[in-house]
Amino acid sequence: MYVIVVGGGKVGYYLTKELLAAGHEIVLLEKDPRRARQIADEVGSIVLARDGCEGKHLAEAGANRAAIVAAVTGDDEDNLVVCQMAKHHFDVPRTIARVNNPKNEELFRHLGVDDIISPTRMILGAVEQDIPVHELLHLAQLEGGELEVMEAQIAVGSPALGRRPGDIDLPDGCSMFVVIRDEVAQSIRPETVFQVGDKVIAITRTECQIDLHRELIGSAEVGAR
Amino acid sequence: MRAFIVGCGRVGAGIAERLARAGHDVTVIDISTEAFARLEPDFPGTAVRGDGTDEDVLRRAGAQGADVFYALTEGDNRNILSAQLASESLDVGRVVAKINDPVRSEAYTSLGIATLCRTVMLVDALSAYAGLPIEAGIHGVSEATGIHPGGEHHAAAPAAREA
Repeated sequence: MYVIVVGGGKVGYYLTKELLAAGHEIVLLEKDPRRARQIADEVGSIVLARDGCEGKHLAEAGANRAAIVAAVTGDDEDNLVVCQMAKHHFDVPRTIARVNNPKNEELFRHLGVDDIISPTRMILGAVEQDIPVHELLHLAQLEGGELEVMEAQIAVGSPALGRRPGDIDLPDGCSMFVVIRDEVAQSIRPETVFQVGDKVIAITRTECQIDLHRELIGSAEVGAR
Repeated sequence: MRAFIVGCGRVGAGIAERLARAGHDVTVIDISTEAFARLEPDFPGTAVRGDGTDEDVLRRAGAQGADVFYALTEGDNRNILSAQLASESLDVGRVVAKINDPVRSEAYTSLGIATLCRTVMLVDALSAYAGLPIEAGIHGVSEATGIHPGGEHHAAAPAAREA
């Protein structure tokens, strides 16, 4: 299978070596001539010191007969352009982009990139398996540490989800005063109903943190602070 | 009119000043605060430091729903990403990307992004100066010829080939 790899960083380098070892036909495009030479010294003349974002260089690399173009540079914008040019100019059947900013995944997919690999997302997924994502966030200490201003994010599974402040059992000395919803801060009123994604700002006596945690986040992860 | 400009280089600062002085609501964003030195001290618009290829940053800076969006950084690909974010995710009315590589510029015009290619403009202008005939006048912004949303365009494109 003919594969064009764009970007000769670590990912591109190891990808090229693995694909070669698997017997595929590969061309690697790396725009930095020094880096290109370095890799060519090791893997042979399949490295072109060219910018894969430019149409004429993709043409030179034979993009019109490539089964796959994999754009794995460290820059999302370059990977997007490589894939779009490959797709729309050379009708490459399958384009793969490395995406660093997870927020770009949806856009890239929408713009026709076939496969999107997000190392950030993968590592995040691995981390989230072990560590509860939503914790009480310490924002400030008041009164010499007697009181703390804290933020709790309401997530799926939170005991407070769908409830009003009056339904939430908090000890004296612990009060919720502001909720941040869609980046807008609003006062917590008796009729406020907590939703997923709400960030609740509360002020609490230090020893009441556990109660706050239990009521807003859930009891499972107390102690994981 | 509400205008959003990514990149406060000479061109970005120039259009920002011009639009703001004409009474429009202008925001200009650049990754470096030093770039804002190109604006007059009494610039009547807003200058925001941030990465104009990051959707969250653009949203926070108020790009959502702007009437016109200019992607004018020094990087063609950054402009391409930024412009497509604006038209796909931020509901911007009109989007122009500066793309100095003529091949890429033409490609994205047909992919539905209005583009401005400095290279083509300068070559046209210099050719005209030398008395050469210029096809269809000196280039300005090339209006999009294709439909952007990847989805629609994609369905219409002969992407499948004979595969």
